[in-house]
Amino acid sequence: MSVVIIKYNAGNIFSVDYAMKRLGVEAEITGDPDRIKAADKVIFPGVGEAETTMNYLKEQNLDVLIKSLQQPVLGICIGMQLLCKSSEEATSKKVDCLGIFDEEVKLFIPDAQTRKVPHMGWNTIQASDSPLFKGLPQDPYFYYVHSYYATMGRDTIATTEYIHPYSAALHKDNFYAVQFHPEKSGKMGEFVLNNFLSL
Amino acid sequence: MLAKRIIPCLDIKDGQTVKGINFVNIRNVGDPVELGAEYSRQGADELVFLDITASHEGRKTFVDLVKRIARNISIPFTVGGGIHELRDVDTLLCAGADKVSINSAAIKNPDLITEVAKNFGSQVATVAIDAKLENGEWTCFLNGGRVSTGKKLFSWAKEAQERGAGEILFTSMNHDGVKQGFANEALAELSSSLSIPVIASGGAGTMEHFKDVFTEGKADAALAASIFHFHEIAIHDLKDYLAGEGIAVRRSI
Repeated sequence: MSVVIIKYNAGNIFSVDYAMKRLGVEAEITGDPDRIKAADKVIFPGVGEAETTMNYLKEQNLDVLIKSLQQPVLGICIGMQLLCKSSEEATSKKVDCLGIFDEEVKLFIPDAQTRKVPHMGWNTIQASDSPLFKGLPQDPYFYYVHSYYATMGRDTIATTEYIHPYSAALHKDNFYAVQFHPEKSGKMGEFVLNNFLSL
Repeated sequence: MLAKRIIPCLDIKDGQTVKGINFVNIRNVGDPVELGAEYSRQGADELVFLDITASHEGRKTFVDLVKRIARNISIPFTVGGGIHELRDVDTLLCAGADKVSINSAAIKNPDLITEVAKNFGSQVATVAIDAKLENGEWTCFLNGGRVSTGKKLFSWAKEAQERGAGEILFTSMNHDGVKQGFANEALAELSSSLSIPVIASGGAGTMEHFKDVFTEGKADAALAASIFHFHEIAIHDLKDYLAGEGIAVRRSI
């Protein structure tokens, strides 16, 4: 099985590569359209800012390529947010994203009880019956670091509560995405990555 | 619900954990990767590795170690010690660290916080503050605690936040090593005045101290070293206890 990790101007790509190696999978890190298209599985990871990364994807024509992919794709963190319809993480407060998912990405607004943004640390998910979450125990914890969240909608397959409930994971056709970092979420994260590789 | 984090801290010298650590169930306690992996199995939520090596060769060993940690451990980890400039941060992040902890260098050159946040994002920038309560005021000290800086804890933490720090790691020098509990009053004030997470350090002696630091001290995370290294408290027991006290902790590991 060939796994490609999409290389672009976002951080944290090596962590995903290391996680793959721990699972015994040698992934290829590349921005080459032909290599990405030919892979059995594609991972779209990253830590970064939506507008800057979106502009980069467009310059490299990776936006069109990602939307055209037919094999299972897993977006992680900013990768998930870029697969959504739009994001507030932009100088104009709105940037159009790849639009695979119908959900929008918004900034967390702190309230009286929960004053801290970013949402940083371990939080539980309430997952639906998705192959991505096969074998997980009840209310598993995953590691999060983010200030923007995807709203809930028809593509939502798991939710997390921070200030309010939001989409912890999305799924539509061959596209899967998680807001948390499975590559940093211990055993639970390995479950999710293994489930994705088994799709 | 967002869990309160338990963070063991490992001091590293020349690529090895400093001696005195006592573990029966792992082969080489001197190897930070093995010890870190053991803590991860016990349910540690994050790990902190502090390089206390001074020599240039020791620094290179530490960077190699960070690479090994990143390959082998599947929970987030922070590295600190010996960070003077942006290039040091770049080296450690490229080696696979999730966050860096900056202490003296941030006090000497506060622009470093701004630069780290701008170049790598706030989420990687932990600002560590060692402070001592003197004449009713919390004053910041440079690493090791011998040199007073004149900076005050609350205003310096606020400035660090404004410059883009992602977290504050506050060690109370009055409480560190005494095992009589954390500096809960100062922690609560710090946590309430900031919009970024606060990691409490210094004073852990019993499981109750952890309950207190999360309730009274309003800390988001608690860091400790010796009580974990010497098995005075096992992390899974601590989490069972905290869960029993109604505190959200991660137990599905």
